[in-house]
Amino acid sequence: MRWHILPRPSFRFVAVWQRNLRVWRKLMMPSLLGNFGEPVLYLLAFGYGFGQLVGELDGMSYMMFIASGIICSSAMFTASFEGMYSAYTRMAEQNTWLAMLATPLTLDDIIFAEAIWAATKGFASAVAILIVATTLGLVSDVRALLALPVIFLAAFTFGSLALIVTAVSRSYDFFLYYFTLAVTPMLLLSGVFFPLEGLPEWVQTLALSLPLAHVVEIVRPLMTGSWPTQVALHLTVIASYGVIAFIVASMLIHRRLIR
Amino acid sequence: MNRLPPETPMRPHTHGDPAIEIRGLRKIYDGIPVVDGIDLSISGGEFFGLLGPNGAGKTTALRMLLGLTPIDSGSVRVLGLPIEVHGREIRERLGVVPQFDTLDIDFTVEENLLTYASYFGLSGSGLKQRIDDLLDLANLESRRHATIDTLSGGMKRRLTLARALINQPDLVILDEPTTGLDPQARHHLWRQLRRLRERGVTLVLTTHYMEEAQELCDRVAIIDAGRIIACDSPQAMIVAHVEPWVISLNAASARQFIADPATLPARMLEIADTWLIYTRNPAEVRAELESAGLAHTLRAANLEDVFLKLTGHDLRE
Repeated sequence: MRWHILPRPSFRFVAVWQRNLRVWRKLMMPSLLGNFGEPVLYLLAFGYGFGQLVGELDGMSYMMFIASGIICSSAMFTASFEGMYSAYTRMAEQNTWLAMLATPLTLDDIIFAEAIWAATKGFASAVAILIVATTLGLVSDVRALLALPVIFLAAFTFGSLALIVTAVSRSYDFFLYYFTLAVTPMLLLSGVFFPLEGLPEWVQTLALSLPLAHVVEIVRPLMTGSWPTQVALHLTVIASYGVIAFIVASMLIHRRLIR
Repeated sequence: MNRLPPETPMRPHTHGDPAIEIRGLRKIYDGIPVVDGIDLSISGGEFFGLLGPNGAGKTTALRMLLGLTPIDSGSVRVLGLPIEVHGREIRERLGVVPQFDTLDIDFTVEENLLTYASYFGLSGSGLKQRIDDLLDLANLESRRHATIDTLSGGMKRRLTLARALINQPDLVILDEPTTGLDPQARHHLWRQLRRLRERGVTLVLTTHYMEEAQELCDRVAIIDAGRIIACDSPQAMIVAHVEPWVISLNAASARQFIADPATLPARMLEIADTWLIYTRNPAEVRAELESAGLAHTLRAANLEDVFLKLTGHDLRE
């Protein structure tokens, strides 16, 4: 029970995170194929296919350009998927959370663990693609390592946003709205596949009001051998989305379950 | 098999100290009181039954004991602590057997126990021994590495009870633990619950089976429309509320011979196709029925009769 507004997770959340990790280790193969295989296919197909037509973009090969973009979008997709389908299954279908709530764990611990878990999975899939991209010579600079914490933060943000959708969903079908109305537009408008600069002014404004564009703005330069600009601004947008989404998700899930 | 693990005694429990203390408890959903002013004190070491028709407020009351449902007014103290502020500390010492299975289907039997233990922060070699003991107790030693979907309903319940005991709780709360079990599985579970009681563990049980409550509980409360309408030992309740003998017979054939049941020297209750005749003097009633050639059976009154009398016999939905 909670008599305060802000979530107060404890370190016990680690037990929930470990439980999810234990399940994931059992189902690793199909999970890896989805979270890692598919983006790599996109990278290769688009990279080689379009790459021949596009030539160079922003002074780099098209393949390099989209490698950094796909790393960001795959963190978004994986974290969103985990925060919706998987978290919803544990909340509403398998009663995993209900079992936890009979123990010293609180709902704050569970929700925080789910957000961190979604971040972990998003991060893992991004890292896997980063390794492939590095092997293919698409990442040229050790500065890429600095992108890792940013990717984890971004995955936390997308996981928390997904948990808001989970909190208000009555079935799995509902998630399609969020994918169609939020995730896919963000994917297409955030500079993952083509630069933002060529788009109409209002589309750019829209894109920059959403978190993914800011993630790409930081991660791409770091992976391709330069320093990002306006880092504080980008980080603030990503982190604000993350913190607010987490608080809102937490409030909505409490309202749903603690009645 | 099924012996109690001697090396892991439950924490000593002071008998008599209230394990649960509920005062003026109320819960209102959409303007309708679901729990409507409950006062209840359950002593340490007591086996307590909470009975009531569907929708009477039993599950809501149990959720409030766990801190899963906010209290609208009144107070709940569990193991001496107020639930609003000490939910975590209380649940640390609690075992819960929920109404529906909440086992982790992605894990084996053993992994379920290990994972649940981790929610209590338990680990290490002591835990391994504890899991061995619990698997032995639940008769699931041979199913240690089985996945949940290969278990029967009875095995799942036994595992759920074993899981609830992982933290050596002082208080175990069971929400309809035997619903859907066959008689063998039910008796097995009863035996385990009795042993827990012998060890001083406080038990709170909800059930729809009056026989179960009568068999197990030191005291029962009958709850209807959010209020406790009676609370006592099963035997005292039977004595206080119903006549000692019950004669049952088929309603259709009975009606052919007895036009007006009010003329019977006894109280009559019609439930579905059956007449239940409650009496202190069965010989008199039986003589009358036999003279009419009506087949009937005689039995001693039980808790179910009390339940029917106090909560009415119309269907609840």
